[in-house]
Amino acid sequence: MIVAGCDVGSLTSKAVLMQDGRIVGSAVIKSKAKPWESAEAVMQQALSAAGLEMGDVRYAVGTGYGRDRIPFVAEAVSEIGCHGRGARWLVPSARTVIDIGGQDCKALRLDGDGNVEKFIANDKCASGTGRFLEVMARVLGVELGDLGEMSSRSRHAVTLANACTVWAQADVIKHLNDGVPVEDIAAGVNNAMAARMATLVRNLGIAPDVCMTGGVAKNSGVLSGIEKLLGVRLKRIRREDPQIAGAIGAALIAAEKAGGGRP
Amino acid sequence: MIVAGCDVGSLTAKAVIMRDGAIVGSGVVRSGAAAEASANAAMRMALAAAGVALDDVARCVATGYGRKRISFGDAVESEISCHAKGAIWQAPAVRTIVDIGGQDAKAIKLDERGDVLRYLYNDKCASGTGRFLEVIAEALGIELEAMGELSQQSSEHLTLSNQCVVFAETEILSLVSEGKETADIVKALHRAVARRAASMAKSIGVVGDVAMTGGVALNAGMFEALGEALGTELTRVAHPQLAGAIGAALFATDAARTAAAAPVSAARA
Repeated sequence: MIVAGCDVGSLTSKAVLMQDGRIVGSAVIKSKAKPWESAEAVMQQALSAAGLEMGDVRYAVGTGYGRDRIPFVAEAVSEIGCHGRGARWLVPSARTVIDIGGQDCKALRLDGDGNVEKFIANDKCASGTGRFLEVMARVLGVELGDLGEMSSRSRHAVTLANACTVWAQADVIKHLNDGVPVEDIAAGVNNAMAARMATLVRNLGIAPDVCMTGGVAKNSGVLSGIEKLLGVRLKRIRREDPQIAGAIGAALIAAEKAGGGRP
Repeated sequence: MIVAGCDVGSLTAKAVIMRDGAIVGSGVVRSGAAAEASANAAMRMALAAAGVALDDVARCVATGYGRKRISFGDAVESEISCHAKGAIWQAPAVRTIVDIGGQDAKAIKLDERGDVLRYLYNDKCASGTGRFLEVIAEALGIELEAMGELSQQSSEHLTLSNQCVVFAETEILSLVSEGKETADIVKALHRAVARRAASMAKSIGVVGDVAMTGGVALNAGMFEALGEALGTELTRVAHPQLAGAIGAALFATDAARTAAAAPVSAARA
């Protein structure tokens, strides 16, 4: 039986196809102007990757910012639940999940069965979201995906004076004008992001193991920054792209609805 | 007796010259990277307007973000005390001050003598400061100074759902692409900035007459929006942007008088 999960975010859209508890196809695209366009495009890409057609999908669940406007899903489910399920599937020992999206961030605590016990989310302030890194990468003139690796080459990371994206941007420009090496500024940017996440997790109350999902989980500078601040190791997600955690959760819920009971 | 007050903010430097308790000259310049150079320029402008030389100034008090880097200052005072003193001097019935500067915002509650009872200060978040207006002016390609008048031409009521400057900028750009009028967008922006500043003022309690100070008060649209957000008619002060510098000059007056009185009391003893 084939099921699908589709996570339409503000910046990227993700789709996952699962068969008997295994991922058979997935895709990540930049979100389009309309949520339904993003959903159709990303699902089509995942289907071609799997060599399948929409007609083969028994049940589909949507999640994310645009979840209520996905035409092909039988149901729309909250992001919190999907990210919890997806993270638990990726890291079975996970009790704390940090998820950084394009325009939000959340920290979830899971109980022994993987249900969400408690969560804190921020979608009010750009600081601590993917948008923060995006703005800084643009100012630095580097690719968003390169920020993490740049951190590892830094020897004297700068300290950004402020959490606010607007003030931090001014700070970054000042460091650039002062001739500070770009990797030292990149490391400062990653550390600022990590500090914001560490505060979020502390407010939630930390329970090991901790893992991180979302696109920013691919930034090693942010990961190691959080580890230093919290004094715990983060479980790395290597078996799949951490960015598709929400879509995986949606597909797992789809499998449950379609087949009765958890796979 | 001639005294001076100088308020070096993050975006503008202000100087005021007072003679026997009246303002005789003032200067406002946009701050450069060097606080000291901006302070000097503002002071030169104020001295020229007053027709006096720096040597004529008996005492000068500095305040603001760059106050410690002013070479000609005899003493420094906190921004909060200076704003309070400068506002109540202009409008004696004022008990609440909302000051919106280029990169910060303050809410101050005073007693009847002008002493500060409580205050809140925000320089952590750009929302609710002049910087919010500046970022959006740049995104819309309009002059910051033109926003007040532009907002008066608004005919459609729009509301920004985002309070964060970064998210609001994206929201505003999508309003532009939907073909919304710039005047309506600017008015919605004024409401958003005012909402943020007002919530800070409300959290310390808004009592008595309320004055709006800081450079942003010169924007008529913001003045109106803040009054609406606070649900009260704001007291208009003559020199909202100079409140801090006036307060500093008043502190200079107090100190100069004490100094002048000292030898007399010493002689009596």
